[in-house]
Amino acid sequence: MRLPAGLRRSLVVFMVIGLAILYLPLLLIVLNSFNSSRTFGFPPSGLTLEWWQKAAGSSGALAALGTSVFAGLFATGIALILGTMAAFAVQRYRFFGRSTISFLVVLPITLPGIVTGIALNATFTSVLGPFGVGLGIATVIIGHATFCIVIVFNNVQARLRRMGTALEEASADLGATGWQTFWRVTIPGVRGALIAGALLAFALSFDEIVVTTFTAGPQVQTLPLWIFGNLFRPNQAPVVNVVAAVLTIVAIVPVWLAQRLSGDSVSSRI
Amino acid sequence: MSDSRIAKATVDEFEHADRATNSAAVPQVSLRALRKTFGAVTAVDGIDLDIADGEFFAMLGPSGSGKTTVLRMIAGFEQPTSGSVFLGGVDATTLPPFRRDVNTVFQDYALFPHMTVAQNVEYGLLVHRVPRAERARRVGEALDMVRLGEHGRRKPTQLSGGQRQRVALARALVNRPRVLLLDEPLGALDLKLREQMQLELKAIQREVGITFLFVTHDQDEALTLCDRLAVFNNGRIEQVGRAEEVYENPATQFVAGFVGSSNVISGAAARAIVGRDGAFAVRPEKIAVAPSGSATAPGSLTVAGVVQDVVYAGSTTRIVVAGPEGLILTATVLNAHSPDGGVVRRGDPIGLTWHESAMRSITV
Repeated sequence: MRLPAGLRRSLVVFMVIGLAILYLPLLLIVLNSFNSSRTFGFPPSGLTLEWWQKAAGSSGALAALGTSVFAGLFATGIALILGTMAAFAVQRYRFFGRSTISFLVVLPITLPGIVTGIALNATFTSVLGPFGVGLGIATVIIGHATFCIVIVFNNVQARLRRMGTALEEASADLGATGWQTFWRVTIPGVRGALIAGALLAFALSFDEIVVTTFTAGPQVQTLPLWIFGNLFRPNQAPVVNVVAAVLTIVAIVPVWLAQRLSGDSVSSRI
Repeated sequence: MSDSRIAKATVDEFEHADRATNSAAVPQVSLRALRKTFGAVTAVDGIDLDIADGEFFAMLGPSGSGKTTVLRMIAGFEQPTSGSVFLGGVDATTLPPFRRDVNTVFQDYALFPHMTVAQNVEYGLLVHRVPRAERARRVGEALDMVRLGEHGRRKPTQLSGGQRQRVALARALVNRPRVLLLDEPLGALDLKLREQMQLELKAIQREVGITFLFVTHDQDEALTLCDRLAVFNNGRIEQVGRAEEVYENPATQFVAGFVGSSNVISGAAARAIVGRDGAFAVRPEKIAVAPSGSATAPGSLTVAGVVQDVVYAGSTTRIVVAGPEGLILTATVLNAHSPDGGVVRRGDPIGLTWHESAMRSITV
């Protein structure tokens, strides 16, 4: 489509402004992580790697990083299994309540995180508490899994729908049992969607804070919780900048990979 | 190894394959009172059909006539609402697809995109746990048979439409099925390639001796390929017979119009021309242009009319004539000597003549 030159120029300007608003603050975080001034005056008074060294030596930040990676991997694993099974059920079988199930699986992503957090907190402490369930890393993982499942489910479901059933029929026709067909034809067909879904789910889990706040309990500290806790302590502020810069990079890589792998707009399905 | 020797080896294997239940008397496929409804729609409405061993059989009909649904019920992808499917004399009605000794060449080929050509062909052997060495040998033979021996390591996306079609054929034949089902196998190919593949299909069918059952809406293709055919309409079979039988003796008005084209003479026109009530079909190529004023030959019928249209079609010319009682007749004249079927112009008075034996009484 050919646009008038004037319109094109102004659209370019708008786009540059929009992207600048999105990404300049992030750039500032990265820049400040090298800023030698503790008060982050702009422009930086000098560049230093001191904060990065401090962050690398900060046991609190490293432990939080470990917790976040652990929780993210576990929540993603649960989401891969349950999300794939749900997507398969909804796309390949006809049963009573099929569309309701599909709706209920997707709903958690649209619920405000604070509602999910309060609801899970109430369930874990007042209902399951008496049975010896306490808030901890396990409850964080469960909380994260509620929205990670949605990502995997949506990705796999869309891929299954686009694949159709022709390849699975061909496989059965050639003599493969349902199980053989699943492993040899269906899973390879949705592999890209699985990887993309897993990467996105991990990225979401990695920077989640609202649900985490309500499900973590006092002993567990994920990286976002650690940042939030240290943000207003003047001593720690430079280290927080470093951690935030790391977090940005860790979150960008999976999304970028997921976009390349799935080939179609992944972000529209989050 | 030369092509013919491979072909010979393949034939031997097929002949030696154990087919205890496969005596000539038992049809490879038997359908009994087969019905399939989808909600309120009846797709297949009571089909009885026997297909003998080694036949090249066509199910011909317009889209929506139920032929593909019948094929899918034979393959096991659809469960009949009622009726039975017998394969080699054994009731297979409720068997899942992977327990049926039939293989399918799908309309869009349905090749596995994540596998190479050789892996696609090997798939049926792999899931049947055929030993590795035998798998490799049979994949090689199957690929040679469809002249794709050099392309085993390619992915399906790197092949042309005709090559994919042949991969689908090799993949389906490598299992040595009792029956090969083909769903509009040549529908996606352009005309030249289609004609070439028709010849290849027929040659391969002769080589392997397996029963081929194919679905098509293309009457030329059905007549070219098959030994026998069934003409489908509205979920029922209108006529079953050898290709030339069905063409020469269409049983119903639908068959007369769908298999080739026909002039149907009925009602007042039948009374005026044939001299009795009923419906009659005459093929356009059996109608000749009668020199005006010439006497009607004994045993022939003549109709006088006015030329409505002259359509030049290369090897033939179609002359459309308005006859008595609103009857429109089409005559096809071979352009063997004259370029336009003689010097016929729109609006000319013309006489058409055909022998009574060329005319068939049909049911409307």
